Amino acid sequence: MLQIMEGSHAVAEAAKLCRPEVVSAYPITPQTHIVERLADFVADGDLDAEYICVESELSALSVCLGSSAAGSRVYSATSSQGLMLMAEVVFNVAGMRQPIIMSIANRALGAPLSIWNDQQDSISLRDAGWFHLYGEDVQEMTDQHFIAYKAAEQHDVLLPGFVCFDGFILSHTYEPVDIPTQEEIDAFLPPYVPYNKLDAKAPLSMGMYATPDYYMEFRYETDAALQRAGDAISKAGKEFGEMFGRDYSTHTESYRMDDADVAFVALGSICGTVKDAIDEMRADGIKAGLVKIRTYRPFPAKELAQALAGVSKVAVLEKNISLGSAMKGAVGPEVKDALTGTGIDVYSYVTGLGGRDIRKKDIRAIAALAEKGEGNMFYGLRTEVL
Amino acid sequence: MALRIGCAAAPGRAQDNKTGSWRVYMPVVDMEKCILCGTCILLCPETAVSDNDGQILFDLDFCKGCGVCAKECPADAISMIQEEK
Repeated sequence: MLQIMEGSHAVAEAAKLCRPEVVSAYPITPQTHIVERLADFVADGDLDAEYICVESELSALSVCLGSSAAGSRVYSATSSQGLMLMAEVVFNVAGMRQPIIMSIANRALGAPLSIWNDQQDSISLRDAGWFHLYGEDVQEMTDQHFIAYKAAEQHDVLLPGFVCFDGFILSHTYEPVDIPTQEEIDAFLPPYVPYNKLDAKAPLSMGMYATPDYYMEFRYETDAALQRAGDAISKAGKEFGEMFGRDYSTHTESYRMDDADVAFVALGSICGTVKDAIDEMRADGIKAGLVKIRTYRPFPAKELAQALAGVSKVAVLEKNISLGSAMKGAVGPEVKDALTGTGIDVYSYVTGLGGRDIRKKDIRAIAALAEKGEGNMFYGLRTEVL
Repeated sequence: MALRIGCAAAPGRAQDNKTGSWRVYMPVVDMEKCILCGTCILLCPETAVSDNDGQILFDLDFCKGCGVCAKECPADAISMIQEEK
């Protein structure tokens, strides 16, 4: 049913429809409304789950890990410093192959303290073994939760996933969103069948120590599972499209790429602004297009290479910074790697950090910089305060 | 051994976890010098040393190459030799 709803509340509705048996999360801006709403659901009897209050994010994800190991479907949500406090457990969840789904309301990392949006938090944990989905609008980020659970729980995957969306820009925005019914989601997402689970009758330890003889092979297997997660996400996205009319079978989405000369690559809500800017640029005769990355892990290199074939310049819009790196952003080097041997120039533009607005005129200016071969830089610095 | 997803394991014995791969130096005993006092057997943290009919044996599946046996041998009968794997 189509409703006008705040992004966070839509995510909470999606989480509820997935029937998690355990929810443990610690409120942090801008994720707070999600867990508040879930706590209401549990308190009102609308969600039959254990809502476990904890004193920190480290505890929240630890509770989730234990609950998942015991065979429950588990949900959590966090942002920014909260995700950093979870970091130790984040890696363990993936290594123990527990299919926990966690919403990330993307927010900048301190210091300096900022509650505003960028994607530094989730991108900083890109190597942890979780798959990453990024939503452009409230509908997409809501739908991605259903797809995430379905993909994560496949027995040839068994990996956790982040569903990421820009804090405030999406989490606190009211948009029309189609929330499926419980019956529809029950038909799409079957009950979770654990592969390993803690059972007093058949004792088991998980995440045991591995000697040098075995550790690398476990890491190899986790990577292989994450690659398979890409297929599972695609398959679940296709099934979702067949059931609900919104197709997510691809890891990227192309916008006006048919004859594009300069292409933007971006993740999240910025893509809406880019699409509008592209429409204006096209009207002025500038052949611009966009390839939006929906699945950032596993990285859709082949799909990106196909989508970007034929362009001369690629401008990667980075709401993150890989401090001290050559290209400045974390996404650019992987895009560049995907295009090795094509002769296409790839540039990163660090922009919108800490909630700074990115306007259509900024997108146009970045396209002009890419055309001139100027990139791998901060865009929009206020040089007068430096 | 096929790896179990998530490095999961049922209860078992420490002997299932062979520690020999940690080793850089391996012990070699000179039985000409050995006085069969049993110090190496007593001190080995991995119980990897045994006396088999007057012959000191090192179980290289478990010996970590810590060198305690060589250091404490009163007859200086044990040498730690770098091995290539």
